[in-house]
Amino acid sequence: MTWKQLFTSSVGKKFVMALTGVSLIGFLIVHAGLNACIWANDDGAMFNRAARFMGTTVVIRIMEVGLFIGIILHIVQGILLELENRARRTIRYTVPLGNRGSKWYSRSMGLLGTLILLFLIMHIYHFWTPSRLGGIGAIQELQHVEYAGDTTVYHDLYREMVNVFQSPLIVVLYLLGCISLAYHLLHGFSSAFRTLGLHNQRYVKLVKAAGIAFSVIVPFVFAMMPVSIYLGWIK
Amino acid sequence: MEHYNMNLTLKVWKQKNKDTRGSFETFHVKDISSEMSFLEMFDVLNEQLIEEGKEPIAFDHDCREGICGMCSMYINGRPHGPWHGTTTCQLHMRAFKDGDTIVVEPWRANAFPVLKDLMVDRDAFDRIIQAGGFISVNTGNAQDGNSIPIEKEKADQAFAAAACIGCGACVAACKNSSAMLFVSAKVSHLALLPQGDPEKKTRVLNMIAQMDKEGFGACTNTGACEAVCPKEISLDNIARLNKEYLSAAAVIDK
Repeated sequence: MTWKQLFTSSVGKKFVMALTGVSLIGFLIVHAGLNACIWANDDGAMFNRAARFMGTTVVIRIMEVGLFIGIILHIVQGILLELENRARRTIRYTVPLGNRGSKWYSRSMGLLGTLILLFLIMHIYHFWTPSRLGGIGAIQELQHVEYAGDTTVYHDLYREMVNVFQSPLIVVLYLLGCISLAYHLLHGFSSAFRTLGLHNQRYVKLVKAAGIAFSVIVPFVFAMMPVSIYLGWIK
Repeated sequence: MEHYNMNLTLKVWKQKNKDTRGSFETFHVKDISSEMSFLEMFDVLNEQLIEEGKEPIAFDHDCREGICGMCSMYINGRPHGPWHGTTTCQLHMRAFKDGDTIVVEPWRANAFPVLKDLMVDRDAFDRIIQAGGFISVNTGNAQDGNSIPIEKEKADQAFAAAACIGCGACVAACKNSSAMLFVSAKVSHLALLPQGDPEKKTRVLNMIAQMDKEGFGACTNTGACEAVCPKEISLDNIARLNKEYLSAAAVIDK
C-alpha cells in the first residue's frame, strides 16, 4: 500500500478529518483559556500581555503555521468529502429517513462547518489581520498601550475587542458562530475518536461524556466574551 | 393479538430496467390480513395484477425467515419498514392500520443500481467479500474445535458481527451510501477470531480498497445504519474496522 493509497482511501480521508479535528479541539482549549484573560477586569492588561506572548514567541508562531495547515486541510477535505458522499446517491428517496436513524447535526456537519468557515473569515478579519499583519488599511490599525512597571509597548487588542463588540449585529453573528461550533463539536468530538479507531467501551463512554461537556462549555465560554463586553460586564 | 383486515393504498416504485427512469405507481389492495407478512401482501397484490393482465412488481426475496438477506424494500422512509431489528419478510401487516398509504422504494445508492422495480444489484457486496472476507485454509479434515482456544466474550462479539446477512439496509439508510457497517461486520467477525488473525492486515486493506472501488461513500458515524440494521450490528464494529485499517496501513510492508 502506497501513502497515496492510504490517504485517498475513504478511511484515510476520514483519518485526516479526525486528526485535524482533534488538533483543532486542542487549539480551542488554548484559545478559550487565553481569551478568558479579559475577565481579569484590568482593562485588558492581562489579555494584551497574553496576546503579545502568543504573537511574539517563536514556538507559538511555528505552531500557528501548523494550525493554519490543519484548518485548511480540515476545511478542504471536509468540503470534498461532503460533495463526494452526496454524489453517491443520485436519485434521492421520496420519504427520507430523517431523524429516525440519526441526529440532525450528525447529518449536517458540512453545513455547520460552512457556517463556522463564514464566521472564521469574519473573525480573522476582526482580530487576526490587525494584530498579525498590521491590518488591512488604516481602518484596522491598532492602538498602542503601556502598562506601569513595564517598558514594552503593547498592541491594544483588548480595545479592538471592545470596539468590535459595540455592534449588536456583530454580537449576534458571533453567537450564531458559537452555536454552529457547539453542534459541530457535539458530533465531531466523539466521531473523531471513533474514526481514529476507539472501540473500547470504557473509553467510548468517557469520550462521549467529555464530548458533550466540551461542546457545551467551550462554545459557551466563547459566546460569553462578546456578550460580556456588549453588556458592559467587564471594566 | 386481535386479527383484523385492512384496505391499503400502495405507492410503489416501478422501473422497467437498469437504463430507464422509473416512477411511482399507485395500487390498492383489499382485505389484507393483519397476520400476513409484508411480502405476502405483495404476493396478493401481484396475483391481483397478473389476473388483471398487468405486469407484477419485481422484488427480491428468498428464505422469508429473516436470515438470507435477500429482501430489501425501503418502506415509508425506512429500510425494512417500521419495526426495529426486523427484515421486510418478517415485518407483519399488523404494523399497519386500515386505510394507510405505504410508500415502497428500492434501496437507493449508485453502488446498488436498480435492476427492475424494487430489485437492486447487490453484487458489489459479493465482490467486497471476494476481496478478503474469508480465511484461507487447506482442504482436509477440520481440526478439533478445542485445539483453538477462544475467549467466550470474543466469540460472542464475533458471532454478533457474523449475524450480518448482507442485505444492504446500512447502505440504504446512510446519507453517504456508505457500506462501512457491512464491511466492518465482516472484518470484525474474522479479526476477533484466531482463525482470522493471520490474514487480518491484508484482509482489511483489500476489502476497503474494493469498497471504495464499488463507489460506496465514506463513513461519518451518524449511526443511521445501526438504527435500521435488521441484525442489530453495532456501530462499534466500524470503530474496530478503522483501528484494524489504520494499524494495518501503518505497518504493511509493501
